[in-house]
Amino acid sequence: MRNEDSYSMDFEKPLRELERQIKEIELFAKEKEIDMSEEIARLQAKEEALKKKIYSELTRWQKVQIARHPKRPTFLEFVAMIFTDFLELHGDRLFRDDPAMIGGLAYLDGIPVTVVGQQKGRDTKENIYRNFGMPHPEGYRKALRLMKQAAKFKRPIITLIDVVGAYPGIEAEERGQGEAVARSIMEMAALETPIIAVITGEGGSGGALGIGVGDRVLMLEHAYYSVISPEGCASILWKNAAEAPQAVEALRVTAEDLLELQVIDEIIPEPLGGAHHDPEKTAQIIKEALIRHLTPLLEYTGERLLAERYEKYRKIGVFEEIESDQESTGE
Amino acid sequence: MLKDLFKPKPKYVTIRRPEERGIQPGQPEKKELPDGLWVKCNNCRQIIYHKDLEANLKVCPKCNYHFRLRAGERIAYLFDAGSVQESNSGLISKNPLGFPEYEEKVEKARKRTGLNEGVITGVAKVKNIPCVFSVMDFGFMGGSMGSVVGEKISRAFEYAAEHNLPVVSVTAGGGGARMQEGIISLMQMAKTCQALNRLQEKGIFYLSILTDPTMGGVFASFASLGDVVIAEPGALIGFAGPRVIEQTIRQTLPPGFQRSEFLLEHGIIDLIVERKNLRETVARLLRFHQRDQVGKEEVSKDA
Repeated sequence: MRNEDSYSMDFEKPLRELERQIKEIELFAKEKEIDMSEEIARLQAKEEALKKKIYSELTRWQKVQIARHPKRPTFLEFVAMIFTDFLELHGDRLFRDDPAMIGGLAYLDGIPVTVVGQQKGRDTKENIYRNFGMPHPEGYRKALRLMKQAAKFKRPIITLIDVVGAYPGIEAEERGQGEAVARSIMEMAALETPIIAVITGEGGSGGALGIGVGDRVLMLEHAYYSVISPEGCASILWKNAAEAPQAVEALRVTAEDLLELQVIDEIIPEPLGGAHHDPEKTAQIIKEALIRHLTPLLEYTGERLLAERYEKYRKIGVFEEIESDQESTGE
Repeated sequence: MLKDLFKPKPKYVTIRRPEERGIQPGQPEKKELPDGLWVKCNNCRQIIYHKDLEANLKVCPKCNYHFRLRAGERIAYLFDAGSVQESNSGLISKNPLGFPEYEEKVEKARKRTGLNEGVITGVAKVKNIPCVFSVMDFGFMGGSMGSVVGEKISRAFEYAAEHNLPVVSVTAGGGGARMQEGIISLMQMAKTCQALNRLQEKGIFYLSILTDPTMGGVFASFASLGDVVIAEPGALIGFAGPRVIEQTIRQTLPPGFQRSEFLLEHGIIDLIVERKNLRETVARLLRFHQRDQVGKEEVSKDA
């Protein structure tokens, strides 16, 4: 399926131009009843080659645009395609049900699992209801409640992450956004059940990490994961949010960057043109990766699982250690 | 200009106004105390004799405004003299992303603060009770958490778990996770938080003291997870920065928003403790959680 021009990204303009040409020729051929299939095939091959070229040379900023694409599959769409028999469970038992964070029970290839993730809206109305996929503290508390429930029943946990950030608002602060995110991070590290986190779209800082601690962290090819929003970084560095394309170059936010920095375990490839060009195929690739990573983890003892998870995060950090005179309590 | 002729002479030899010091409006004012005999309070704008301020633990004697402290000052105010042993002070930041001007910024911060990084960790005593401590320094790149800060704090928690010592943490981090280390600094949140589970498993007491400012990734990780969480009066504490919130909701924030008193009212912290009472309160809490004391109580109950 191809998207309308209105959803096209700037760097795809040459493609749209070729598509337009192909359509015109098709129409012309039909009208005049002449065979122009050779010409069409030639242009289609050109289009395919151009597409491959464009998508193999994406800049970091172009990837961010794909990750934020309004047609990119959302949590519920992925869940419907990857899992079976999904049953949504609601509420944090403390304050309310946060529509920006969804969780529930499902089967992954016959294995009962708990699935958790942020939900963006498809249109303005839904986006307002879902708060543009930005959870409040109760969203993180609901997620943690469901993940602890999963651990109780030794059910693996799959989280699908797509969030611009945990919501920055007055009520969110009043209800302890920082504490909610922190507690979820801390407790996820100690849940005695396999956890696989997949960054499917935007990995917005603490709002992503709040459901992102796992035994395996996978990332879609055009997803991004960053400590600060590209715009926020640009505002700090250059006092101008419009410099975001430069900021992502400095921040190194793509799946390739994160694999190189050893923060993620695997890049999940997307169909040519990005996940939104073929959601079904994307879901199948994710499903395959989930099963492949989960199968060995199911054999781990709880002890091994937690020890390896601890080590995974323990070793992240880049520094040098020099001799120091003041040293007196080294371990 | 004519009016310049009538410009009143300064009455005191004092600190120049922020704009005169080259601080642009909208930028957070540097609240470290400059050298000089007199200091103007950031809150009530009254002039304070420097020595009076020092004697009052850098709290304004007139309006009770708590000036920001350097890590060294905090350690001197909080812990028993001669009991402090620093550890892991030789950890130095690198530039994992090749982020522009990062090395220069770190170097500048090192020169200015005399510290290798934004946190001092080690062991010390409070009224003779031993503990592991970590004290952040806002003056070092805004007290932000990069690899070294994350590593030192994680090592401190692990050391405490291994040696059965309680932990006293003092945070001051305006920006939270350190932007210049990108995703690596975000992961320090996970690294420090998971180390806290070791204290949990062993039943070790963790006291978190939040000082002005404790924001973002510092607040959204180990800082808000204390068994007891204390804040100094008037400290700015929160997840999202006030400016980010204002831009998001397009409203002016209510007065006192994200200050210690706001957090206490909303049930996010246990206590607000004035600086002059902090050492006593910390000692009280450490004493209350001392292992041998728990043992004694059990014995006396059994008897």
